[in-house]
Amino acid sequence: MRRGRLAAAVLLLLIVAALLAPWLASGAADTMDLANRRAAPSLSHWFGTDELGRDLLARVFFGARVSLAVGLLSALVAGALGVSVGAASGFFGGGVDAVLMRATDAVLSVPRLLLLMAAAAVVQPSVPVLVLLVGGIGWMETARVTRAAFLQSRDREFVLAARAAGASPVRVILAHLLPNASGPIIVSMTLAVGRGILLESALSFFGAGVQPPTASWGNMLYQAQTTMSTEPWLALFPGLFIFITSVAVNALGDSLGEASVSERRAPA
Amino acid sequence: MKYFRRVGVSVPLLLAISLGVFGLIHLIPGGPMAVYLSSPGVRPEDLARLTRALGLDQPLWRQYLQWLGGFVTGEWGFSFSDGRPVIDRVAERLPATIELMGASIVMALVATAPLGIIPAVGRGWVSRGLSIVSFAGISLPVFWFGLVLQLVFAIGLGWLPSSGRTTPGDGGAMDRLAHVLLPAAMLGAVHAAAWARYLRASIADTLEQPFVNAARARGVPPGLVLARHALRPALLPALTIILLDAALMVAGTVVTESVFAWPGLGSLFTEALARRDYTVLMAMLMLASTAVVACNLVADLLYPLLDPRVRA
Repeated sequence: MRRGRLAAAVLLLLIVAALLAPWLASGAADTMDLANRRAAPSLSHWFGTDELGRDLLARVFFGARVSLAVGLLSALVAGALGVSVGAASGFFGGGVDAVLMRATDAVLSVPRLLLLMAAAAVVQPSVPVLVLLVGGIGWMETARVTRAAFLQSRDREFVLAARAAGASPVRVILAHLLPNASGPIIVSMTLAVGRGILLESALSFFGAGVQPPTASWGNMLYQAQTTMSTEPWLALFPGLFIFITSVAVNALGDSLGEASVSERRAPA
Repeated sequence: MKYFRRVGVSVPLLLAISLGVFGLIHLIPGGPMAVYLSSPGVRPEDLARLTRALGLDQPLWRQYLQWLGGFVTGEWGFSFSDGRPVIDRVAERLPATIELMGASIVMALVATAPLGIIPAVGRGWVSRGLSIVSFAGISLPVFWFGLVLQLVFAIGLGWLPSSGRTTPGDGGAMDRLAHVLLPAAMLGAVHAAAWARYLRASIADTLEQPFVNAARARGVPPGLVLARHALRPALLPALTIILLDAALMVAGTVVTESVFAWPGLGSLFTEALARRDYTVLMAMLMLASTAVVACNLVADLLYPLLDPRVRA
């Protein structure tokens, strides 16, 4: 639990920093300090500066806006898709279930990054398109846990009672089955945030994701690769932030998972 | 009989994947001919001739069937960037990737053992520290970890080469070992962390089983309880995970080989993507997915053989 709170606090801090970036680092991200190009980290530039003399700390804040937004929004897309597929599969069963689950297996069998890279070659992604792409290959886990949760409660008394009382399938799903599945769904969507951030940065790391001048942590790393032997800080800091975010999201997902399991185990 | 059914499920799965891959690649703007459209000095009649020669004037469903039939029989078509058979290009890159994956599985296993076993049995700060390491490990952005390895061991300390598979003109065993260490560590790190977490959970589960308590009650020393009673059943689930992950490693090679300029299948994929070499791309996406499906199948079939309890 303590770990979960710490993780949530770190994430909150990152989100606040991202939201406040225009005020915290107003102008600094684009201001070129030509006398201080490629400066190593110092008191005036904590993370150093890049080849145009722009402050790296400010750019990391601005990169956070894009990276976190892609992570969070893509998880929402993945969650909506996954819940729909899993709910249909678990509720209707039979042929619908068989087809949807085989489709889920098929998408899970294609290595995610390769699929994303090929898809990004098809459409030159803007940030909104990137959100859809990353969400579009991240729904499978949510679909599986939603289906499993639906199967568990599909034949329980309160669902049968609702059906007997004449509730429509949509109402049974939304009002009775979905609330009972919310625990595992939230956990899987939390983990999808972390995966989304990693996938976006991996794609941008190949120069195929977020395009400059928009800064994301991934494309900052992409640009830093060529000058790594002389300006290592340009590669170190953006990556460190990807790492910290990803650890925090996974820790949060883990402790939410433990919480939802122990809640279900506790006698009602 | 059960085995046949398992194999039978994989076939429609692969068919569904092949449809998806084919559809995706044919959505690329400009289609397969995009490469030629941008090259100077190409006349319209050349384009028409090429389109006919490659069968691209056929209806899509026929192109799909031809491609699928070709894929199954090893006729993967010709690379758009150098005109050589795709299967040759894949075959010449395969050894490098197998070498990299082999080295990285070995390194990952070496790291998995202490990371998984010590936190499962110990209580002190060492085991807590190790479990934090494996937790952080699963969240590691692989590409960044590779850059850090390069920065520290190749650029900073100068102990190991920063890229490539051999030094030109050398290529002895020590030279190849030196080249493979960093990329293998990069590729294996995330997997080692994940495996360690499974192993730890799996050992912790087994240690609560009655037969372990019985062994303890009989006075079997703790080390022996672990080695003889707890480890063997705990290794089974871990082994399945390792097998499933081996297939996913294929995707990891794309990033690893790009960072370390390793001349394997991963770099072939990025090169093909940059040049819109769509025959190579389709073949590689299909190969990677087939590897995943095959590893899933093997894990399923192997499990009852290794664990007598599931055999019934």
